[in-house]
Amino acid sequence: MSFLTAFVRSLPSIWDGIQITVLATLLGALLALVLSFVLGLAARSRHLLVRGLARAVVEFFRGTSLYVQLFWLFFALPILGFKLVPLACAVLAFGLNYGAYGSEVVRGALAAVPRAQWEATVALNMTPWQRMRKVILPQAWPQMIPPFNNLLIQLLKSTPLLSLITVSDITFQMDQLRSATGDTKAAYLVLLVIYFVLAYALTLCMNGLEALGKARLGQGRA
Amino acid sequence: MLTDNPARKTSVSPVSTAVTFDQVVKRYGDHTVLDHLDFEVRQGERVTLIGPSGSGKTTILRLLMTLERVTEGVIQVNGQPFSGLPEKQLRRARRHIGMVFQQFNLFPNMKVLDNITEAPVQVLGLSRDEAAERARDLLDLVGLADKADVHPTRLSGGQQQRVAIARALAMRPDILLLDEVTSALDPELVQGVLDVLRDIAQATDITMLCVTHEMGFARDISDRVLMFDGGRVIESGPPERMFSEPEHERTRDFLGAVL
Amino acid sequence: MWDWHTAREGLPLILHGFGITLLATALGSLVAIVLGLVIAVLGRAPTRWVRLPLRAVVEFVRSTPVMIQLFAVWVLAPGLDPLTIGIVVLGLHYAMYTSEVYRAGIDAVPRGQWEAAVALSLPPIRTWWGVVLPQAVRKVIPALGNYVISMFKETPFLSVITVNEMVHEANQFGSDNFAYMEAFTIAAAIFLIASYPTSMLMRKLEKRLAH
Repeated sequence: MSFLTAFVRSLPSIWDGIQITVLATLLGALLALVLSFVLGLAARSRHLLVRGLARAVVEFFRGTSLYVQLFWLFFALPILGFKLVPLACAVLAFGLNYGAYGSEVVRGALAAVPRAQWEATVALNMTPWQRMRKVILPQAWPQMIPPFNNLLIQLLKSTPLLSLITVSDITFQMDQLRSATGDTKAAYLVLLVIYFVLAYALTLCMNGLEALGKARLGQGRA
Repeated sequence: MLTDNPARKTSVSPVSTAVTFDQVVKRYGDHTVLDHLDFEVRQGERVTLIGPSGSGKTTILRLLMTLERVTEGVIQVNGQPFSGLPEKQLRRARRHIGMVFQQFNLFPNMKVLDNITEAPVQVLGLSRDEAAERARDLLDLVGLADKADVHPTRLSGGQQQRVAIARALAMRPDILLLDEVTSALDPELVQGVLDVLRDIAQATDITMLCVTHEMGFARDISDRVLMFDGGRVIESGPPERMFSEPEHERTRDFLGAVL
Repeated sequence: MWDWHTAREGLPLILHGFGITLLATALGSLVAIVLGLVIAVLGRAPTRWVRLPLRAVVEFVRSTPVMIQLFAVWVLAPGLDPLTIGIVVLGLHYAMYTSEVYRAGIDAVPRGQWEAAVALSLPPIRTWWGVVLPQAVRKVIPALGNYVISMFKETPFLSVITVNEMVHEANQFGSDNFAYMEAFTIAAAIFLIASYPTSMLMRKLEKRLAH
């Protein structure tokens, strides 16, 4: 059977695999985004304990490899009596690992908003929550987009790990196709191209988001 | 106005005092910026602080705005102690005070009108419409009625500063702090901003504390000029006397250098 | 749930794997650091016949998973030692990142430096080697260091092509003794112990070189 025929015939399962990969990427990214803000804001807390705790969590998940975290959740956690479905393991590992990196992005972007802006909010007697929501965050988030995009692409590139913990992601599906046809070169090339297209699409979305944020700050092209 | 102001109702010292500095010390590490400073500002009074740079003038305004904390001593606003309060009560105290900054500090994420309406809506609880009406009146006052929907980054420095003045006034402060409001402007833009402030000084009875290097402006609007040096007030008086016959040698030197 | 005896038994094996991990990181970094510089300098080539294809390759390799790249090379180049494949592919993948780091460093060298080199009629080799690179590389050392740390934490990918690095050994020990808890916890701890001080060092270096 030629590779092309087999490829066309297995398009439905390849499409399934792409959906799984994209789903894991988006859910992982969502969890990472939430954690980035929680940990990033906690790192700027006035309370030493909160700051210290955030720091420890971030250093822990940055310092221990994503690969090990995922395998720990998949193999070791069930021993403690918590058995998660494989996809949940992956989403959790992606979220925790990239959330730790993302918190540094949030922290840096918040710190980069000029202090004078904060002073103006005090002079207008805003509450700390109003300051953050109305003035500081709207100025900080467009700056977060490019580094967040880098992390998102990294996360996407980590998703072949799914196939190692029995999830039928795109890597698994293409590997099936490879063994069915014996055409290693074509199978891997197609897989790499699929990933390239996904990465490109994500980058385009993020660029759009950044342009939108900058236009609101009056920095973009009018 | 007086009746809905709890700070004034309960005040112990005479109602006519807007700001009191009582033995205020401010240190950064070993560096003493304010050295047991005493002075008072009456309600409705216009006071200009002059003196060499680094003499602590701006620090006084920043302490009043709670952007910094005193090291020792007490600041009172409308007879209420002001320093060392927790955030909640600080907010109540800050209600009476507005500030215009040297670098304008407009919010780049909001258009001109939103810069002015944001705090009245969020902090004072005005409706969007009320706030917008107030903002448009103020924009009219500062001569920028046509700029309501423009991004602040598209304005000249002088225009930005006039918006910042409108933004501060929209909160209806009793006390307005002006921190070198023309220092960051190109020379040809200074006059427009000063004219706006002169108009406000004439049309309202707002208390003003002003740090400036514009001696002509200080002479025009001030009831009293305070000369600072080494973290203390070394001389004070009405502008006519201060500028024509300063008593202290340091004042003479300073005025000789800037006039 | 946690057995110290098992943990002690597994430790030597896992530490042996850690030796391979360090070796792969060291040699992979060498590839990334040298190749990245070459790519960055070629990226400044006067002809776009060099620049554009180079740009395309960098974008493609950077945007696709290193795990699949490893797999592909491993399957397509039978007979080659897996560790060698791992070092080369990992190094190549990270060279795409380091080339961007160098590029930013080179871009940050003031125009006046290039102009001065022209005014002194320095040959291109001297301009690069004597003037531009020393200024460019100094500033980017911490960024390069951070990529080395990243690469270190991605070496477990080598286990998919049967390299017996640390996580491979941990996995092996874990399944042989049903001691996944001990095995992966030890592996995680070793990663943390090794990478945390290194990243602190990079942060310090970053502050010092900032001036």
